[in-house]
Amino acid sequence: MTKVSMTVNGKSVSGEVEGRTLLVDFLREGLELTGTHVGCDTSQCGACVVHVDGEAVKSCSIFAAEAEGAEVTTIEGMAAPDGTLSPLQQAFQDHHGLQCGFCTPGMVMSAAALLKENPRPTEAEVRDYLEGNLCRCTGYHNIVKAIMAASGQEAAVAAE
Amino acid sequence: MYAFDFERPTSLSAALKALGREDAQALAGGQTLIPTLKARLAQPSSLVSLSALAELKGVRKDDAGRVCIGATTPHAVVAREAAGDYPALAALAGQIGDPAVRNRGTIGGSLANNDPSACYPAAALASNAMIVTNDREIAADDFFEGMFATALEEGEIITEVRFPVPQAASYLKFEQPASRFALVGAYVAKFADGVRVAITGASEEGVFRWEAAEQALSKDFSAEAVKALAAPAADGMIGDLHGSSEYRAHLVRVMTARAVAAAR
Repeated sequence: MTKVSMTVNGKSVSGEVEGRTLLVDFLREGLELTGTHVGCDTSQCGACVVHVDGEAVKSCSIFAAEAEGAEVTTIEGMAAPDGTLSPLQQAFQDHHGLQCGFCTPGMVMSAAALLKENPRPTEAEVRDYLEGNLCRCTGYHNIVKAIMAASGQEAAVAAE
Repeated sequence: MYAFDFERPTSLSAALKALGREDAQALAGGQTLIPTLKARLAQPSSLVSLSALAELKGVRKDDAGRVCIGATTPHAVVAREAAGDYPALAALAGQIGDPAVRNRGTIGGSLANNDPSACYPAAALASNAMIVTNDREIAADDFFEGMFATALEEGEIITEVRFPVPQAASYLKFEQPASRFALVGAYVAKFADGVRVAITGASEEGVFRWEAAEQALSKDFSAEAVKALAAPAADGMIGDLHGSSEYRAHLVRVMTARAVAAAR
């Protein structure tokens, strides 16, 4: 066991982990931040996306020890402390960008990374950026709408 | 995942020392290795993370005008920082995996793994890149030794990859629709002294140079010159549920012609 320390959602945290402990397991089991989901566990579905030093990362495919000293943001860090949703989360709610909600934490974290990098993406850029986030309710249409709206673009989204 | 020792050294010398131990495995971005460990297709007794070695990260230009990429530079950084000096290489890096994978996956990891469907080996081979390790420099022509096999010795790691910049180049892949890996990818690079064409995804021997196309394109750099060629032999091409060996051989010619047409 080794000790890891990092900043998660603005708070300094530390814990004992094994070498094989994945970041997602440290977040979910070590810190009880269960908003980050494990879908496929093979780095394909994107339900586990968090930000590590500001960049979207699949937390099932990085060891906790690799995030030593990093700034990590999870879905729990997106809303304001009083529970007010971030504009992006609110857009997901307003546009019904979720059905079962399992993929949503990853979708929101990926979308937030996209909008940071490209504040006014085209619809094609949004769809392209979500290549590594799978929604099995087939809800992409409203997810794309929500992200377009969060970027301040009320563009009509063509049907897939 | 089974248990292993994990180390994250902060100097290259410490990393090499750790890798000198029996059954130690280097960990770069982990986007292939971690899923491989989960599936127990690899079971090293210790993992040596290279992520804390600042000297292995970054994109620079050397005095010879080559674009030099540190081994642990993630794809997303190459896509951004090489875009001005070597756009075809940057475009390739920007289309590997998905955005989150590109934030972790590294050029050194991709080349050392030499997956037969990986993108970077085609860039290195077509660009006549020099692969620099802790110990020596290996020309791309001597580096790739078949599917998942390279010239790297036990405990040897890539430190940098140096790409001569062609006059025009392009990489196009025909994506397998589910995994989005290259069913076949063609990298075409036109230099003053000739054209190099590297093909990934197609051969059971991994990445290879398509010499007939190189000769034809060195005389006439046009898509028509490729279309006039016979497709390479289907014998030795990968055949699986995603495509027969004949189909892959056909795609080699199609994708090479398209890459030539797109070369800038």
